[in-house]
Amino acid sequence: MEILVCVKRVPDTAENEIEVKSDGTDIERDDLVYSVNEWDNYAVEEAIQIRDNVGGSVTVVTVGDDESEEVLRREMAMGADNGVLLSDSAFEGSDGRGVAAILKAQADAGNYDLILCGAQADDGAGQVGGMLAAMLDWPYASLVNHIEIVDDKKIKVGREIEGGNQELNEIELPCVLSIQTGINEPRYVGIRGIRKVASVEIPVKGASDLGLDPATVGEAGAKVKRLDYFVPELGEGAEILEGSMEEKIEKLIELLKAKGGLK
Amino acid sequence: METALIPPAKYFFLFIPTVIFSIVIPVIGVALFTYIIAIRSAPLIKAAPDNRFDNLPQRVRQLVKIWLLQWRQPRYRTAGILHILIFAGFLVLSIRSMSMVVIGVFPHFVPPGLDGAKGVVYNILKDYAATWVLVAVVLAAWRRAVVKPARYAVPPKYGKDHTWEALFVLGMIGALMISESLFEATLAAARLQQGQHAELLAPLSLAWIFKHILAGKSRAVLQGLHIASYYVHDLVFFSFLCFLPMGKHFHVITSFFNVFFMRTRRGNIKPVRYGVPDDKLDDLDSFGVKKLEDFTWKHMLDFYSCADCGRCSDNCPANAVGRPLSPRFISIKGRDLLFKNYPVYPYKAPFKVGQEVMGTIYEEDEIWSCTTCGACEQECPLGIEYIDKIVDLRRAMVDEGMVPQSLQKPLRALEKRGNPWGKLEKKRVEWTKELAEQAPVKILDGKQTADLLYFVDSISSYDDRMQEIARATARVLQATGADFGILGKAEKDSGHEVRRFGEEMLFQDLKEQNIAAIEKAGVSGIVTADPHAFNALKNDYQGLPPVRHISQYLAGLIRDGKLQFNPLQDGDKVYTYHDPCYLGRHNELYDDPRAVLDAIPGLKRVEMERCRDRSFCCGGGGLMLFYEPHEDERMGVIRVKMAAAAGADVIVTACPFCLVNVEDAIKVAGLEGKLEAIDLVELVAAQL
Repeated sequence: MEILVCVKRVPDTAENEIEVKSDGTDIERDDLVYSVNEWDNYAVEEAIQIRDNVGGSVTVVTVGDDESEEVLRREMAMGADNGVLLSDSAFEGSDGRGVAAILKAQADAGNYDLILCGAQADDGAGQVGGMLAAMLDWPYASLVNHIEIVDDKKIKVGREIEGGNQELNEIELPCVLSIQTGINEPRYVGIRGIRKVASVEIPVKGASDLGLDPATVGEAGAKVKRLDYFVPELGEGAEILEGSMEEKIEKLIELLKAKGGLK
Repeated sequence: METALIPPAKYFFLFIPTVIFSIVIPVIGVALFTYIIAIRSAPLIKAAPDNRFDNLPQRVRQLVKIWLLQWRQPRYRTAGILHILIFAGFLVLSIRSMSMVVIGVFPHFVPPGLDGAKGVVYNILKDYAATWVLVAVVLAAWRRAVVKPARYAVPPKYGKDHTWEALFVLGMIGALMISESLFEATLAAARLQQGQHAELLAPLSLAWIFKHILAGKSRAVLQGLHIASYYVHDLVFFSFLCFLPMGKHFHVITSFFNVFFMRTRRGNIKPVRYGVPDDKLDDLDSFGVKKLEDFTWKHMLDFYSCADCGRCSDNCPANAVGRPLSPRFISIKGRDLLFKNYPVYPYKAPFKVGQEVMGTIYEEDEIWSCTTCGACEQECPLGIEYIDKIVDLRRAMVDEGMVPQSLQKPLRALEKRGNPWGKLEKKRVEWTKELAEQAPVKILDGKQTADLLYFVDSISSYDDRMQEIARATARVLQATGADFGILGKAEKDSGHEVRRFGEEMLFQDLKEQNIAAIEKAGVSGIVTADPHAFNALKNDYQGLPPVRHISQYLAGLIRDGKLQFNPLQDGDKVYTYHDPCYLGRHNELYDDPRAVLDAIPGLKRVEMERCRDRSFCCGGGGLMLFYEPHEDERMGVIRVKMAAAAGADVIVTACPFCLVNVEDAIKVAGLEGKLEAIDLVELVAAQL
């Protein structure tokens, strides 16, 4: 099975203190460290496991700048066979539809049976997977937490639905799936693994390589524009506890007791 | 000279000269034994290299102390004394056993050097040896069969009980002692009957007792017993020899070598592969132990040498709290697989080389359960190593990506930010802010210099509570007039647990960054209040200025009379000191922290039952704080209950991780208000 996994390089929320720039254009990026979007990691692990079971290959693709190459290498160290970097100055400022259009061009260029993406990105809107499927006119399932390969024509996918219930669907190939965390346990990638793939050539494709009209992607083609980044105003009933950790815990326990949440 | 009885060398049984047996039994026995040993050596030859010919004087010292003098045996009083008796008896009787074999062919053989008076002395000694060995064997069998100490039990998941094997071997030893004594006694009894000069038999020895019992028996009976006891001895002796390499009694043969080749340094971790320097690690195809033959030959010898005594697991904190780890079975399972894949009878079942060990004999959770506290190695009377094996198995899991999710996050954060919480590098110095006015701490970034570097490490830099330890350390250093500074944001995690959790390349990265920063700081000494950092800098890093733990620094000042403390105000409280593993067992610093405590006027101190080199790990440090084990209870809870049982009101420790674990455990155990925990340096800072 030929599998394409779409991944994204994002500021790691666990390892950064995210602060919004005072002018509201972006977040403070000086001290940020980046990593692969957590959901995408699960998608790549799932693709590798499928390949190991039924054969085929796994290609990881990202839309980004030169630095995005590091996440492709990390996923290749995990076990993906190929990486493709879609990078062009014309891609900058793409909205979700733009990113999906760029990915569609890559999907058209290959012969993929299955496209996986993370359910959402730490810094995204959870829209690319669905748009990509629509553009390709392929079936789509979101928030997938279970995959069973039936044959080379169809697969079964499980989705978690409201209240912790599970739903099982049969879906025809080729298709696009957005992957939920918890579908598997992504393997660890050590420094040694990354060094092993450090010298592997990763092709870079621009708008012309993909046959894309620069006017349809990037800032030029974007129909959604960000207006502001800000920390929401403190609303009614919200209270931020102050003090040391112990004091905060004590206050929290008092509050919970007072409201009957703790007996 | 007319002999009182015909010796086995000249006797005829149904017209067959028995000397034939005297030759055939040893020839077959020795041939079989040689063959078995050759098979047992086969995996050792395929094993990974191991450098065990260094530090020879130290090796000889350890051999004398731990093997010959059985130094570690009396740590378990009854079993230890019985073992010493049997071991000493074996040493004495080894000469006699060999000369017995020769006597079967050459009846007048006397071992070289044992003629005349020396021979008489030796014969008395060996008569007593055979006697005390028999007594010890009977007592040991009684312990095995009736008393059944808990540590010998085999939990169902680890296979069947080993009691029969122990009893069988004890029976063989008993048979050897009895037959040897009978052989001796029958001749003495016959000589006595015929008025010949009888050799002196040691009074009240087994042979002496037999001689008295047999005194009235006919010559024919004595002759028959004499020959029978000889061949029973001969047969049992060679059967015993060939049976030893089939199970846990292989240690009778391997212990000499295993102790000689045991660990000579403490606190260190073996290189990924002996002979491959750190800068060539990238060239290795694979890391750690994935297949059975990835173990080093010494580690395989460890498997062969395990006597199944259960002392390691009896002291293992992971085993005590019900984690899926019992060090004893790390060895037993390894040995069983070696025996299975390298069968003594390989017909139709040739050697199976290259079997994976993870998922077959070892489980992932089992290997992650170890805190590397070192209690097992400290206890093992045979010098078996566990930490290096655990680390090698972890290296293999890391290489294959088999790392629990709970550990992946801190490892990634360490890679990106140099600390397991992913906190910003610049915030590493935040703990100094409170000190900024009265006692600013210098940052040794090349612009400022100092004599002494205080290496803080991650937990004391970032954790709200443990920052108190950092501040107390800085105050103590300032108050004692040290010219010191810290590395600030250039400091990275020491990587102590990164290495012990098998992520060698990340450790190398952290180590190189720290070494570069320390060299740039240009200090002449390093001090730290974190035993894990202390151990890393001292035993994992190379080429640094001398490293001391703060307790060594303080004890030195006290010895020189340069430091005095104010008396304690809380006069009634009783203190106890909890030895951190990486200060105590791994670096043998037991006395300095106690000397510091005892220098505080008015401090009453008691010892817990498990203290010093038998200290009970409180739960482990570094990445172990992130690991989510399957366990029934917390190690720390057991530890604080031990402190309460010792009558202590305050647990003093000298390690930030111990403080985390102990403070949590006091809450979990419901001992809040009855027991408190404090770090040594915090206590000291308050008494200046």
